[in-house]
Parts: sequence; C-alpha cells; structure tokens
Amino acid sequence: MKSVRVQPEDFDPGGEMAALGALGSGGVASFVGHVRGDDNLIALTLEHYPKMTAKALDDLAEQALARWALDGVTLIHRIGRLVPGDRIVLVCTASRHRAAALEACAYLIDRLKTDAPFWKKEEFADGRTSWVEARQSDAAAAERWD
Amino acid sequence: MAHVTLLYFASMREKLGREMEERVLPESARTVHDLIGWLVTQDADYASAFAEPAKLRCAIDQVLAPFDAPIAGAREIAFFPPVTGG
Repeated sequence: MKSVRVQPEDFDPGGEMAALGALGSGGVASFVGHVRGDDNLIALTLEHYPKMTAKALDDLAEQALARWALDGVTLIHRIGRLVPGDRIVLVCTASRHRAAALEACAYLIDRLKTDAPFWKKEEFADGRTSWVEARQSDAAAAERWD
Repeated sequence: MAHVTLLYFASMREKLGREMEERVLPESARTVHDLIGWLVTQDADYASAFAEPAKLRCAIDQVLAPFDAPIAGAREIAFFPPVTGG
C-alpha cells in the first residue's frame, strides 16, 4: 500500500499509523516533523512545485518499496502557513521486520529533505522574513543512503 | 527556435518578480548553462537573480537536472534554490 499526499490540512498520525498497522505486517515505524519555535519564529510558510512534488514523493516511496520488504508506505507533507508546534510532515512504514520499517522510515525523511521541491519562508516576531537555507548536514544525511 | 515555459520558485520568484514566463529560446541555448547565459543578457534582474549559480537548482520537465544537461525538447524548465522541506 502506498499513500502520498501534499495538503494544507493537518493530519492524524495515530490514524495513519493505525491504518498501516491494520495491514497486519506486525511492525509500523513513523516520523513526524513539527515546526520548531526557534529565535522568535512566529510562522513558516511552505511553498512547493506541485507538478514536481507529486512525482518526487511518489519516486521516493517507490524507491523505499523496492529497497526494503515493506507492506505499506505513507508520506504526507503539508504546505501553506504553519506556526510553531504544527505538524509538517509524516513518514510511516509497515513491515514484518522492524529493521526494514525503521530504516525505510529514516531513508524517506532523509531523502525527502533533499529531493522534494519544498521551500520554507520564516516569519519572525520583529516582522523580519527570510528563506530557510539548505543545510550541508541534510545533504550528508541523504548521501549516506547512496 | 523552441518555446519553453520557465518557472521560478521561492527566492528566485521573489528576485525576478514573476513565477512563470513563456520564452522562445535561441538556437545557441543547448544546455541549462547556455540558457542561463542567455537569460542574464536579457535584463538586469536576471543578471542579479542568476549571479550565484552554485546556489541554484534546476528541473527539466519536473526532474532535477545538472546545469550541463541538454534542454532540447524541454517543455518546462524551473529554477529554484536548494530545497528545504521536511
């Protein structure tokens, strides 16, 4: 089972995990990313390249399904304006083997950060705004799966 | 002469003040690198937006492409900064 969604709405991590759990694989791993409230940040706005995002996320899910023995993959990424504490992204994987579920989950969030066309703009309490810059540590984390 | 749609995202969109445009490319533009070289001669805004190509990424028909990639047959070419999702 593969489910890939990009949406402004929030999602329910428990419900998504339960849906994968119901496949009966025995193991479900998940990662949920939230907006960090650093440095007087009041909001993040996520922009994306819709035609490419759909393709990039679907490719990532397919790569994970090809590489690990998974029964299910769920990828959800939010877009639009979010405030600290809001959920941004969910990765959920189901497998008979815990190592496969955990590794595939780590692979998907690492690769999503470097391969999917999303950009974050930060708004601060003093009215300043700035685009988030890509981090070398994220590139290194993605490369370890090559 | 090839018609292509150019798309700009995030800081590139803001620097250029536009998110898309249709362009007729010159025969000399064979790669992404050639395309950038031609665009920067069109307007001072392009020269400034493309001033640091190392901080830019490109996608040809929705697939990430290096700057030496050929653009023959491309219908949509997008320029944007390195991605920051997740």
